[in-house]
Amino acid sequence: MKRVTFRHRWLPYLLVLPQIAVTAVFFLWPAYQAVETSFFVEDAFGFSREWVGLGNYDALFADKSYLASFKVTLVFGLSVTALSMGLSLALAVAANRAIRSALAYRTALIWPYAVAPAVAGVLWFFLMNPSLGIVAYWLRGLGVEWNHYANGDQALLMVVVAASWKQISYNFLFFLAGLQSIPKSLIEAAAIDRAGPVRRFWTIVFPLLSPTTFFLLVVNLVYAFFDTFALIHATTSGGPAQSTSILVYQVYSSGFVGQDYGGSAAQSVVLMLLVGVLTVVQFRYVEKRVTY
Amino acid sequence: MVENRPFLSFLTHAALILGVAFLCFPVWMALVASTHGAEALSRAPIPLWFGDRGWENYAQLLSGGLPEAGGVPVGRMMLNSLVMALMITVGKIAVSILAAYAIVYFRFPFRMGFFWIVFLTLMLPVEVRILPTYDVAVRLGLLNSYLGLSLPLIASATATFLFRQFFLTIPDELVEAARIDRAGPMRFFRDILIPLSRTNIAALFIILFIYGWNQYLWPLLVTTEERFATVVVGIQRMTNTGEALPVWHYIMGTTVLAMLPPVLVVLSMQKLFVKGLVEQEK
Repeated sequence: MKRVTFRHRWLPYLLVLPQIAVTAVFFLWPAYQAVETSFFVEDAFGFSREWVGLGNYDALFADKSYLASFKVTLVFGLSVTALSMGLSLALAVAANRAIRSALAYRTALIWPYAVAPAVAGVLWFFLMNPSLGIVAYWLRGLGVEWNHYANGDQALLMVVVAASWKQISYNFLFFLAGLQSIPKSLIEAAAIDRAGPVRRFWTIVFPLLSPTTFFLLVVNLVYAFFDTFALIHATTSGGPAQSTSILVYQVYSSGFVGQDYGGSAAQSVVLMLLVGVLTVVQFRYVEKRVTY
Repeated sequence: MVENRPFLSFLTHAALILGVAFLCFPVWMALVASTHGAEALSRAPIPLWFGDRGWENYAQLLSGGLPEAGGVPVGRMMLNSLVMALMITVGKIAVSILAAYAIVYFRFPFRMGFFWIVFLTLMLPVEVRILPTYDVAVRLGLLNSYLGLSLPLIASATATFLFRQFFLTIPDELVEAARIDRAGPMRFFRDILIPLSRTNIAALFIILFIYGWNQYLWPLLVTTEERFATVVVGIQRMTNTGEALPVWHYIMGTTVLAMLPPVLVVLSMQKLFVKGLVEQEK
């Protein structure tokens, strides 16, 4: 808010109108619809519906495959976050050390950000294709029988690798920015006190990086939970036997494939609550910065 | 670098080169596969070096497409993607800059109410409320149109926040000067605020263009007619051909074409891209 402002009777409303109109029609109204539908059961032809209260939610949480999907989502989200953040932190530390060639390495490392999740999925799907994928071929040479069409764990591993691959550039850029903002004098002082590179990293660099790390933790979880629908849909379609069916995929498949509108709406509401919590965490804690 | 440690320097470069190799490898294999014919890709191990069918493959893809997947030329799909990405990008920037301007530079009833409504959209990604949003699009007759592809994705909380943050850093004296010179609010917006925001707009443009180009779920649902198919969705249609075996040299050619525009944008405007990305989230 500015100290000096303009005065006008209707202009500000006109200015916010497009934003508010699109938001109301395509965000708030559907969200309201989801909440409302989640309390009803519709008959197969959509002619009538019956109020069931929390019945859809009861059914949802009694449904084994939905609970399994929660677990898959959690394993998937944590693996993607850990893998992509770990690799990108290592790369960022290295790039920050390679002063003269840092820019060249940065260029070579950031472009996967622009690759669509669906495309990233298909690329790895091709590499790991059991009959002709080159990685699957190499794995067979090592004695690993790779077949993500039959083996659920392998399918999950494949989508984790593809999702992490795409996210490395993003994390790398933020870690690099974080590392570059750490004062050189601190590192030099520690070096004079004869702290080696490893010790310096864990006692100075890593703690000072914690705001970035925490921010990326939330962003990566959000990414893995909600932005990877395309990756799953374009490759495994949630299979085999729902072993890669994460929650956003589940909403889609029960709504569009299973035609279970009440159940899908209840899932939407659960997911909205989940995004809500993550958004609040992001804003409350990231805005204040993690302090130590 | 604080001290000279040759072994550590070696390790640094080794790690970076491995990292680059890991990131480039899938794209390398896609490029290689797209230059071979079907017979070279029919059994393992597939070749690691380029074949001689590249021109033929890409010419076929761009002009004729893949008969097994509806035969829409990939050139057409890329045009659709471009139109969709540009409409989303321009729409998002226009809508958010206007809203941010109103929220920062005017005092009016429900100002904060509007601000919170915009904030709420952060919590509602299209994936989580997909069915009711699709219903709205159906009722408004937005299926199979460019408007349907872009309009529902135009509201943007992050862009509004970014412009709001930026406007707050602009000195108040500029408004005072504008008012002394009897410039009205729209004059101030056009002649002072927009020119000052130019770098921010450009940086945001890159991020949003990538976001728009890479859309998947929404185009998948609202385009049932092949002539509106976007390239990212087209790949999925080629991969899931049902009974027929996937035609990998064409699929990989299409993934290369689908990656090309956004990757080129990032690489050619790296500085703006990094600025846009890092500032958008801060």
